[in-house]
Amino acid sequence: MSLREKFEFELNSAQEQLIDLSTMAVNALNKSMEALVNQDVDAALEVIEDDKDINQLEEFINDRVILLIAKQSPVATDLRRLIVTIKVASDMERVGDYAVNIAKETIRIGNQELLPQIAQIQQMQKLAVAMLRQVIDAFVEEDIVKAKEIAELDDQVDELYGDVIRKLMLAGGGNPERLSQITQLAFISRYMERSADHATNIAEQLFYLVRGQHYDLNK
Amino acid sequence: MTTIITNKSVSGATADQTAKKAVYETKQLNLWYGSNHALKNIDLEIMENEVTAIIGPSGCGKSTYIKTLNRMVELVTSVKTSGEILYRGRNIFDQDYGVEELRTRVGMVFQKPNPFPKSIYDNVAYGPRIHGIKNKKILDEIVEKSLRGAAIWDEVKDRLNENAYSISGGQQQRICIARALAIEPDVILMDEPTSALDPISTLKVEELVQELKKDYSIIIVTHNMQQAARISDKTAFFLNGEVVEFDHTDTIFSNPSDKRTEDYISGRFG
Repeated sequence: MSLREKFEFELNSAQEQLIDLSTMAVNALNKSMEALVNQDVDAALEVIEDDKDINQLEEFINDRVILLIAKQSPVATDLRRLIVTIKVASDMERVGDYAVNIAKETIRIGNQELLPQIAQIQQMQKLAVAMLRQVIDAFVEEDIVKAKEIAELDDQVDELYGDVIRKLMLAGGGNPERLSQITQLAFISRYMERSADHATNIAEQLFYLVRGQHYDLNK
Repeated sequence: MTTIITNKSVSGATADQTAKKAVYETKQLNLWYGSNHALKNIDLEIMENEVTAIIGPSGCGKSTYIKTLNRMVELVTSVKTSGEILYRGRNIFDQDYGVEELRTRVGMVFQKPNPFPKSIYDNVAYGPRIHGIKNKKILDEIVEKSLRGAAIWDEVKDRLNENAYSISGGQQQRICIARALAIEPDVILMDEPTSALDPISTLKVEELVQELKKDYSIIIVTHNMQQAARISDKTAFFLNGEVVEFDHTDTIFSNPSDKRTEDYISGRFG
Protein backbone atom coordinates (compact mmCIF):
# COMPACT_ATOMS: atom_id res chain seq x y z
CA MET A 1 0.00 0.00 0.00
CA SER A 2 1.41 3.39 -0.96
CA LEU A 3 1.53 6.16 1.64
CA ARG A 4 -1.37 7.90 -0.06
CA GLU A 5 -3.41 4.68 -0.10
CA LYS A 6 -2.68 4.18 3.60
CA PHE A 7 -3.94 7.68 4.29
CA GLU A 8 -7.11 7.03 2.28
CA PHE A 9 -7.58 3.77 4.16
CA GLU A 10 -7.24 5.49 7.54
CA LEU A 11 -9.59 8.25 6.42
CA ASN A 12 -12.20 5.70 5.31
CA SER A 13 -11.80 3.66 8.47
CA ALA A 14 -12.43 6.74 10.63
CA GLN A 15 -15.51 7.42 8.53
CA GLU A 16 -16.78 3.84 8.94
CA GLN A 17 -16.30 4.04 12.69
CA LEU A 18 -18.23 7.29 12.70
CA ILE A 19 -21.13 5.49 11.02
CA ASP A 20 -20.89 2.73 13.66
CA LEU A 21 -20.91 5.33 16.42
CA SER A 22 -23.94 7.03 14.87
CA THR A 23 -25.84 3.77 14.60
CA MET A 24 -25.06 2.96 18.22
CA ALA A 25 -26.25 6.40 19.38
CA VAL A 26 -29.50 6.19 17.40
CA ASN A 27 -30.16 2.67 18.69
CA ALA A 28 -29.59 3.90 22.24
CA LEU A 29 -32.10 6.70 21.75
CA ASN A 30 -34.66 4.21 20.42
CA LYS A 31 -34.02 1.76 23.21
CA SER A 32 -34.30 4.42 25.93
CA MET A 33 -37.71 5.43 24.59
CA GLU A 34 -38.86 1.80 24.42
CA ALA A 35 -37.71 1.34 28.00
CA LEU A 36 -39.74 4.38 29.04
CA VAL A 37 -42.92 3.35 27.26
CA ASN A 38 -42.66 -0.26 28.48
CA GLN A 39 -41.50 0.95 31.91
CA ASP A 40 -38.66 -1.53 31.60
CA VAL A 41 -36.00 -0.63 34.16
CA ASP A 42 -33.64 -3.42 33.05
CA ALA A 43 -33.60 -2.07 29.50
CA ALA A 44 -32.96 1.43 30.87
CA LEU A 45 -29.99 0.11 32.84
CA GLU A 46 -28.63 -1.49 29.67
CA VAL A 47 -28.78 1.85 27.86
CA ILE A 48 -26.71 3.41 30.66
CA GLU A 49 -24.20 0.58 30.55
CA ASP A 50 -23.88 0.57 26.74
CA ASP A 51 -23.08 4.29 26.67
CA LYS A 52 -19.53 3.45 27.78
CA ASP A 53 -18.95 1.84 24.37
CA ILE A 54 -20.24 4.96 22.60
CA ASN A 55 -17.92 7.20 24.63
CA GLN A 56 -14.98 4.92 24.01
CA LEU A 57 -15.57 4.82 20.28
CA GLU A 58 -15.81 8.61 20.13
CA GLU A 59 -12.46 8.91 21.89
CA PHE A 60 -10.97 6.34 19.56
CA ILE A 61 -12.19 8.24 16.49
CA ASN A 62 -10.83 11.52 17.87
CA ASP A 63 -7.41 10.00 18.56
CA ARG A 64 -7.30 8.50 15.11
CA VAL A 65 -8.17 11.81 13.46
CA ILE A 66 -5.66 13.77 15.56
CA LEU A 67 -2.92 11.34 14.59
CA LEU A 68 -3.82 11.68 10.91
CA ILE A 69 -3.71 15.48 11.12
CA ALA A 70 -0.38 15.37 12.94
CA LYS A 71 1.25 12.91 10.56
CA GLN A 72 -0.28 13.69 7.19
CA SER A 73 -0.85 17.46 7.21
CA PRO A 74 -4.10 17.10 5.27
CA VAL A 75 -5.52 20.05 3.33
CA ALA A 76 -8.75 21.06 1.58
CA THR A 77 -11.43 18.32 1.45
CA ASP A 78 -9.27 15.84 3.37
CA LEU A 79 -8.84 18.32 6.20
CA ARG A 80 -12.51 19.28 6.21
CA ARG A 81 -13.47 15.60 6.32
CA LEU A 82 -11.32 15.02 9.38
CA ILE A 83 -12.55 18.11 11.22
CA VAL A 84 -16.16 17.23 10.36
CA THR A 85 -15.58 13.66 11.57
CA ILE A 86 -14.55 14.94 15.00
CA LYS A 87 -17.52 17.30 15.19
CA VAL A 88 -20.10 14.75 14.06
CA ALA A 89 -18.66 12.18 16.48
CA SER A 90 -19.15 14.73 19.26
CA ASP A 91 -22.78 15.35 18.16
CA MET A 92 -23.52 11.64 18.09
CA GLU A 93 -21.86 11.02 21.45
CA ARG A 94 -24.16 13.72 22.82
CA VAL A 95 -27.20 11.91 21.42
CA GLY A 96 -25.96 8.84 23.32
CA ASP A 97 -25.84 10.97 26.49
CA TYR A 98 -29.45 12.05 25.97
CA ALA A 99 -30.42 8.38 25.72
CA VAL A 100 -28.71 7.85 29.09
CA ASN A 101 -30.58 10.82 30.58
CA ILE A 102 -33.89 9.41 29.33
CA ALA A 103 -32.98 6.01 30.80
CA LYS A 104 -32.30 7.66 34.18
CA GLU A 105 -35.66 9.46 34.08
CA THR A 106 -37.29 6.13 33.19
CA ILE A 107 -35.81 4.56 36.31
CA ARG A 108 -37.09 7.49 38.40
CA ILE A 109 -40.58 7.18 36.97
CA GLY A 110 -40.54 3.47 37.77
CA ASN A 111 -44.04 2.01 37.49
CA GLN A 112 -46.10 5.15 38.01
CA GLU A 113 -48.92 5.37 35.50
CA LEU A 114 -47.62 7.34 32.50
CA LEU A 115 -49.28 10.62 31.56
CA PRO A 116 -50.99 10.68 28.12
CA GLN A 117 -48.47 13.25 26.80
CA ILE A 118 -46.11 10.31 26.34
CA ALA A 119 -47.77 9.72 22.94
CA GLN A 120 -46.55 13.08 21.63
CA ILE A 121 -43.08 12.51 23.05
CA GLN A 122 -43.04 9.23 21.13
CA GLN A 123 -43.90 11.19 17.99
CA MET A 124 -40.97 13.51 18.70
CA GLN A 125 -38.72 10.51 19.16
CA LYS A 126 -39.81 8.99 15.82
CA LEU A 127 -39.05 12.27 14.06
CA ALA A 128 -35.70 12.75 15.82
CA VAL A 129 -34.63 9.20 14.99
CA ALA A 130 -35.77 9.61 11.38
CA MET A 131 -33.71 12.81 11.15
CA LEU A 132 -30.64 11.16 12.63
CA ARG A 133 -30.96 8.16 10.29
CA GLN A 134 -31.49 10.42 7.31
CA VAL A 135 -28.48 12.54 8.18
CA ILE A 136 -26.31 9.42 8.48
CA ASP A 137 -27.48 8.33 5.01
CA ALA A 138 -26.91 11.81 3.65
CA PHE A 139 -23.44 11.72 5.15
CA VAL A 140 -22.56 8.39 3.57
CA GLU A 141 -23.86 9.53 0.19
CA GLU A 142 -22.62 13.13 0.65
CA ASP A 143 -26.11 14.16 -0.40
CA ILE A 144 -26.71 17.77 0.61
CA VAL A 145 -30.26 17.79 -0.74
CA LYS A 146 -31.15 15.09 1.74
CA ALA A 147 -29.32 17.01 4.44
CA LYS A 148 -31.38 20.12 3.74
CA GLU A 149 -34.68 18.26 4.20
CA ILE A 150 -33.64 17.54 7.77
CA ALA A 151 -34.04 21.19 8.70
CA GLU A 152 -37.71 20.99 7.74
CA LEU A 153 -38.25 17.95 9.96
CA ASP A 154 -36.61 19.87 12.78
CA ASP A 155 -39.32 22.53 12.56
CA GLN A 156 -41.91 19.79 13.21
CA VAL A 157 -39.97 18.56 16.24
CA ASP A 158 -39.78 22.10 17.63
CA GLU A 159 -43.53 22.55 17.18
CA LEU A 160 -44.28 19.28 18.96
CA TYR A 161 -41.90 20.24 21.74
CA GLY A 162 -43.71 23.53 22.36
CA ASP A 163 -47.02 21.73 22.37
CA VAL A 164 -45.89 18.96 24.74
CA ILE A 165 -44.49 21.48 27.22
CA ARG A 166 -47.71 23.50 27.17
CA LYS A 167 -49.82 20.39 27.77
CA LEU A 168 -47.54 19.14 30.51
CA MET A 169 -47.77 22.47 32.31
CA LEU A 170 -51.54 22.19 32.24
CA ALA A 171 -51.56 18.50 33.20
CA GLY A 172 -50.73 19.16 36.85
CA GLY A 173 -54.30 20.16 37.61
CA GLY A 174 -53.48 20.81 41.25
CA ASN A 175 -52.26 17.24 41.73
CA PRO A 176 -48.82 17.49 43.40
CA GLU A 177 -48.12 13.76 42.89
CA ARG A 178 -48.04 14.29 39.16
CA LEU A 179 -45.48 17.09 39.36
CA SER A 180 -42.40 14.91 39.41
CA GLN A 181 -43.48 12.94 36.32
CA ILE A 182 -44.41 16.16 34.56
CA THR A 183 -40.90 17.46 35.21
CA GLN A 184 -39.35 14.19 34.05
CA LEU A 185 -41.39 14.09 30.84
CA ALA A 186 -40.57 17.75 30.19
CA PHE A 187 -36.87 16.88 30.44
CA ILE A 188 -37.31 13.86 28.18
CA SER A 189 -39.05 15.94 25.52
CA ARG A 190 -36.20 18.44 25.82
CA TYR A 191 -33.66 15.66 25.19
CA MET A 192 -35.60 14.62 22.08
CA GLU A 193 -35.67 18.18 20.84
CA ARG A 194 -31.92 18.51 21.41
CA SER A 195 -31.24 15.20 19.63
CA ALA A 196 -33.07 16.56 16.60
CA ASP A 197 -30.94 19.74 16.81
CA HIS A 198 -27.82 17.61 16.69
CA ALA A 199 -29.12 16.02 13.48
CA THR A 200 -29.41 19.55 12.06
CA ASN A 201 -25.87 20.37 13.22
CA ILE A 202 -24.60 17.31 11.42
CA ALA A 203 -26.48 18.34 8.27
CA GLU A 204 -24.69 21.71 8.46
CA GLN A 205 -21.38 19.91 8.83
CA LEU A 206 -22.17 17.93 5.70
CA PHE A 207 -22.69 21.20 3.80
CA TYR A 208 -19.32 22.39 5.07
CA LEU A 209 -17.67 19.13 4.03
CA VAL A 210 -19.10 19.19 0.51
CA ARG A 211 -19.09 22.92 -0.23
CA GLY A 212 -16.42 24.29 2.09
CA GLN A 213 -18.85 26.96 3.28
CA HIS A 214 -20.77 27.44 6.49
CA TYR A 215 -24.54 27.10 6.32
CA ASP A 216 -27.10 27.87 8.99
CA LEU A 217 -29.97 25.46 8.46
CA ASN A 218 -31.91 26.80 11.43
CA LYS A 219 -32.82 30.07 9.78
CA MET B 1 -34.27 28.51 4.65
CA THR B 2 -30.56 28.14 4.12
CA THR B 3 -28.11 30.96 4.58
CA ILE B 4 -24.50 30.98 3.58
CA ILE B 5 -22.07 32.54 5.99
CA THR B 6 -19.21 33.76 3.83
CA ASN B 7 -15.70 33.87 5.16
CA LYS B 8 -14.71 36.84 2.98
CA SER B 9 -15.01 39.27 5.84
CA VAL B 10 -12.90 36.99 8.01
CA SER B 11 -9.87 37.08 5.74
CA GLY B 12 -10.24 40.80 5.08
CA ALA B 13 -8.42 40.19 1.84
CA THR B 14 -10.70 42.29 -0.27
CA ALA B 15 -10.25 45.44 1.82
CA ASP B 16 -6.46 45.71 1.65
CA GLN B 17 -6.42 44.60 -1.97
CA THR B 18 -7.50 48.00 -3.24
CA ALA B 19 -4.60 49.83 -1.56
CA LYS B 20 -1.92 47.58 -3.05
CA LYS B 21 -0.38 48.02 -6.46
CA ALA B 22 0.63 45.33 -8.90
CA VAL B 23 4.38 44.89 -9.11
CA TYR B 24 4.19 42.45 -12.00
CA GLU B 25 1.42 41.99 -14.53
CA THR B 26 1.91 39.01 -16.77
CA LYS B 27 -0.31 39.06 -19.82
CA GLN B 28 -0.72 36.12 -22.17
CA LEU B 29 2.86 35.01 -21.67
CA ASN B 30 4.00 32.08 -23.79
CA LEU B 31 7.48 30.62 -23.74
CA TRP B 32 9.14 27.97 -25.81
CA TYR B 33 12.43 26.13 -25.31
CA GLY B 34 12.97 25.25 -28.96
CA SER B 35 9.78 23.39 -29.83
CA ASN B 36 8.85 22.70 -26.21
CA HIS B 37 5.98 24.98 -25.24
CA ALA B 38 6.93 25.50 -21.57
CA LEU B 39 4.59 28.35 -20.56
CA LYS B 40 1.12 28.70 -22.02
CA ASN B 41 -0.98 31.87 -21.91
CA ILE B 42 0.06 32.88 -18.41
CA ASP B 43 -1.97 35.71 -16.88
CA LEU B 44 -0.86 36.62 -13.38
CA GLU B 45 -0.94 39.77 -11.35
CA ILE B 46 1.57 39.90 -8.53
CA MET B 47 0.93 42.48 -5.85
CA GLU B 48 3.53 44.48 -3.97
CA ASN B 49 4.40 43.65 -0.36
CA GLU B 50 2.94 40.21 -0.69
CA VAL B 51 4.43 36.77 -0.76
CA THR B 52 3.30 34.93 -3.85
CA ALA B 53 3.98 31.20 -3.87
CA ILE B 54 4.28 29.23 -7.07
CA ILE B 55 3.59 25.54 -6.69
CA GLY B 56 3.28 22.63 -9.07
CA PRO B 57 4.90 19.32 -9.97
CA SER B 58 8.39 19.12 -11.49
CA GLY B 59 8.49 20.34 -15.06
CA CYS B 60 5.30 22.41 -14.76
CA GLY B 61 7.08 25.66 -15.66
CA LYS B 62 7.22 27.33 -12.27
CA SER B 63 11.01 27.89 -12.26
CA THR B 64 10.88 28.95 -15.89
CA TYR B 65 8.23 31.49 -14.96
CA ILE B 66 10.19 33.17 -12.18
CA LYS B 67 13.36 33.15 -14.27
CA THR B 68 11.37 35.02 -16.90
CA LEU B 69 10.54 37.73 -14.38
CA ASN B 70 14.20 38.87 -14.32
CA ARG B 71 14.85 37.69 -17.88
CA MET B 72 17.37 35.15 -16.64
CA VAL B 73 15.65 32.59 -18.82
CA GLU B 74 17.20 34.34 -21.83
CA LEU B 75 20.52 32.72 -20.92
CA VAL B 76 19.08 29.64 -22.63
CA THR B 77 19.76 30.29 -26.30
CA SER B 78 16.74 28.51 -27.78
CA VAL B 79 14.20 30.50 -25.75
CA LYS B 80 11.38 32.31 -27.52
CA THR B 81 8.61 34.29 -25.81
CA SER B 82 5.39 36.06 -26.68
CA GLY B 83 3.08 38.18 -24.57
CA GLU B 84 3.99 40.78 -21.98
CA ILE B 85 5.37 41.04 -18.51
CA LEU B 86 4.84 44.49 -17.10
CA TYR B 87 7.12 45.33 -14.20
CA ARG B 88 5.82 48.45 -12.50
CA GLY B 89 3.85 49.16 -15.66
CA ARG B 90 6.67 48.70 -18.21
CA ASN B 91 7.06 45.70 -20.48
CA ILE B 92 10.36 44.03 -19.58
CA PHE B 93 10.58 42.61 -23.12
CA ASP B 94 10.74 46.10 -24.64
CA GLN B 95 13.86 46.46 -26.75
CA ASP B 96 15.09 49.48 -24.83
CA TYR B 97 14.52 47.88 -21.43
CA GLY B 98 17.94 47.32 -19.89
CA VAL B 99 18.29 43.88 -18.35
CA GLU B 100 20.85 45.20 -15.81
CA GLU B 101 18.37 47.78 -14.62
CA LEU B 102 15.74 45.07 -14.23
CA ARG B 103 18.05 42.78 -12.27
CA THR B 104 19.02 45.65 -9.97
CA ARG B 105 15.37 45.97 -9.04
CA VAL B 106 14.72 42.24 -8.93
CA GLY B 107 17.01 40.11 -6.76
CA MET B 108 17.13 36.35 -6.82
CA VAL B 109 17.90 33.59 -4.35
CA PHE B 110 18.46 30.07 -5.60
CA GLN B 111 17.79 26.55 -4.44
CA LYS B 112 21.33 25.85 -3.30
CA PRO B 113 23.19 28.55 -1.39
CA ASN B 114 25.69 29.97 -3.88
CA PRO B 115 27.92 32.43 -2.08
CA PHE B 116 31.02 33.66 -3.91
CA PRO B 117 34.30 32.13 -2.68
CA LYS B 118 35.01 35.34 -0.82
CA SER B 119 34.59 36.67 2.68
CA ILE B 120 31.12 37.16 4.13
CA TYR B 121 31.68 40.92 3.91
CA ASP B 122 32.77 40.84 0.28
CA ASN B 123 29.80 38.68 -0.70
CA VAL B 124 27.36 41.27 0.59
CA ALA B 125 29.40 44.26 -0.61
CA TYR B 126 29.76 42.76 -4.09
CA GLY B 127 26.63 44.28 -5.63
CA PRO B 128 27.05 47.79 -4.18
CA ARG B 129 30.72 47.82 -5.30
CA ILE B 130 29.68 46.90 -8.84
CA HIS B 131 27.29 49.82 -8.67
CA GLY B 132 30.26 52.06 -7.92
CA ILE B 133 30.11 52.43 -4.16
CA LYS B 134 33.70 52.57 -2.89
CA ASN B 135 33.34 54.46 0.38
CA LYS B 136 34.23 51.98 3.16
CA LYS B 137 31.89 53.59 5.67
CA ILE B 138 28.92 53.42 3.32
CA LEU B 139 29.77 49.83 2.41
CA ASP B 140 30.03 48.92 6.11
CA GLU B 141 26.58 50.35 6.64
CA ILE B 142 25.09 48.51 3.68
CA VAL B 143 26.67 45.21 4.77
CA GLU B 144 25.39 45.53 8.33
CA LYS B 145 21.91 46.62 7.22
CA SER B 146 21.66 43.78 4.70
CA LEU B 147 22.91 41.15 7.13
CA ARG B 148 20.49 42.41 9.75
CA GLY B 149 17.73 42.36 7.13
CA ALA B 150 18.56 38.75 6.40
CA ALA B 151 18.45 37.90 10.13
CA ILE B 152 22.05 36.72 10.25
CA TRP B 153 23.97 39.75 11.56
CA ASP B 154 24.25 38.45 15.13
CA GLU B 155 25.57 35.11 13.91
CA VAL B 156 28.33 36.51 11.69
CA LYS B 157 29.17 40.02 12.92
CA ASP B 158 32.42 38.82 14.51
CA ARG B 159 33.56 36.82 11.51
CA LEU B 160 32.81 39.07 8.55
CA ASN B 161 36.22 38.40 7.06
CA GLU B 162 35.86 34.66 7.12
CA ASN B 163 35.16 32.83 3.90
CA ALA B 164 31.43 32.44 3.28
CA TYR B 165 31.99 28.74 2.68
CA SER B 166 33.01 28.29 6.31
CA ILE B 167 29.49 28.77 7.66
CA SER B 168 26.52 26.36 7.57
CA GLY B 169 24.24 25.91 4.57
CA GLY B 170 21.37 27.68 6.32
CA GLN B 171 23.66 30.62 7.12
CA GLN B 172 25.04 30.65 3.58
CA GLN B 173 21.50 30.92 2.24
CA ARG B 174 20.80 33.91 4.45
CA ILE B 175 24.11 35.46 3.27
CA CYS B 176 22.77 35.04 -0.27
CA ILE B 177 19.56 36.76 0.80
CA ALA B 178 21.65 39.55 2.38
CA ARG B 179 23.59 39.81 -0.88
CA ALA B 180 20.29 40.24 -2.73
CA LEU B 181 19.13 42.88 -0.22
CA ALA B 182 22.38 44.87 -0.51
CA ILE B 183 21.36 46.35 -3.85
CA GLU B 184 18.02 47.39 -2.34
CA PRO B 185 15.81 45.57 -4.78
CA ASP B 186 12.07 45.97 -5.12
CA VAL B 187 11.31 42.29 -5.69
CA ILE B 188 13.00 39.14 -4.45
CA LEU B 189 12.59 35.96 -6.46
CA MET B 190 13.22 32.77 -4.52
CA ASP B 191 13.59 29.47 -6.33
CA GLU B 192 13.07 26.73 -3.71
CA PRO B 193 15.25 28.62 -1.21
CA THR B 194 14.91 26.11 1.61
CA SER B 195 14.95 22.79 -0.22
CA ALA B 196 18.60 22.20 0.72
CA LEU B 197 18.21 23.37 4.33
CA ASP B 198 17.50 21.61 7.61
CA PRO B 199 14.18 22.32 9.40
CA ILE B 200 15.61 24.96 11.76
CA SER B 201 17.30 26.90 8.96
CA THR B 202 14.11 26.50 6.92
CA LEU B 203 12.09 28.05 9.72
CA LYS B 204 14.55 30.95 9.93
CA VAL B 205 14.26 31.64 6.22
CA GLU B 206 10.45 31.36 6.41
CA GLU B 207 10.34 33.85 9.28
CA LEU B 208 12.67 36.08 7.34
CA VAL B 209 10.34 36.02 4.34
CA GLN B 210 7.52 37.22 6.60
CA GLU B 211 9.72 40.10 7.76
CA LEU B 212 10.94 40.98 4.27
CA LYS B 213 7.50 41.32 2.74
CA LYS B 214 7.01 44.57 4.67
CA ASP B 215 9.60 46.16 2.39
CA TYR B 216 9.77 43.87 -0.63
CA SER B 217 7.54 41.84 -2.88
CA ILE B 218 8.47 38.20 -2.80
CA ILE B 219 7.81 35.47 -5.31
CA ILE B 220 8.76 32.03 -4.11
CA VAL B 221 8.81 28.72 -5.93
CA THR B 222 8.40 25.88 -3.50
CA HIS B 223 7.82 22.15 -3.53
CA ASN B 224 6.85 22.27 0.10
CA MET B 225 3.06 22.61 0.25
CA GLN B 226 3.04 23.44 3.94
CA GLN B 227 5.62 26.14 3.35
CA ALA B 228 3.45 27.74 0.69
CA ALA B 229 0.47 27.50 3.06
CA ARG B 230 2.43 28.98 5.97
CA ILE B 231 4.19 31.90 4.38
CA SER B 232 2.39 33.09 1.27
CA ASP B 233 -0.51 35.46 0.73
CA LYS B 234 -1.38 34.16 -2.72
CA THR B 235 -0.63 30.89 -4.41
CA ALA B 236 -0.46 30.04 -8.08
CA PHE B 237 -0.75 26.39 -9.06
CA PHE B 238 1.08 25.59 -12.30
CA LEU B 239 0.51 22.41 -14.27
CA ASN B 240 1.94 21.54 -17.68
CA GLY B 241 2.94 25.14 -18.31
CA GLU B 242 -0.44 26.59 -17.43
CA VAL B 243 -1.78 28.40 -14.39
CA VAL B 244 -4.60 26.15 -13.22
CA GLU B 245 -5.58 28.28 -10.25
CA PHE B 246 -4.39 31.52 -8.68
CA ASP B 247 -6.03 32.70 -5.50
CA HIS B 248 -5.58 33.63 -1.88
CA THR B 249 -3.47 30.97 -0.19
CA ASP B 250 -6.22 30.45 2.41
CA THR B 251 -8.63 29.53 -0.37
CA ILE B 252 -6.19 27.35 -2.27
CA PHE B 253 -5.45 25.25 0.81
CA SER B 254 -8.93 25.10 2.29
CA ASN B 255 -11.32 25.12 -0.63
CA PRO B 256 -9.66 25.21 -4.06
CA SER B 257 -12.01 25.59 -6.99
CA ASP B 258 -10.22 23.28 -9.42
CA LYS B 259 -10.07 19.56 -8.76
CA ARG B 260 -6.53 19.35 -10.15
CA THR B 261 -5.37 21.84 -7.51
CA GLU B 262 -7.08 19.82 -4.79
CA ASP B 263 -5.52 16.60 -6.06
CA TYR B 264 -2.06 18.15 -6.17
CA ILE B 265 -2.06 19.85 -2.78
CA SER B 266 -3.47 16.79 -1.07
CA GLY B 267 -0.78 14.59 -2.61
CA ARG B 268 -2.89 12.64 -5.10
CA PHE B 269 -0.40 13.30 -7.89
CA GLY B 270 2.84 15.11 -8.61
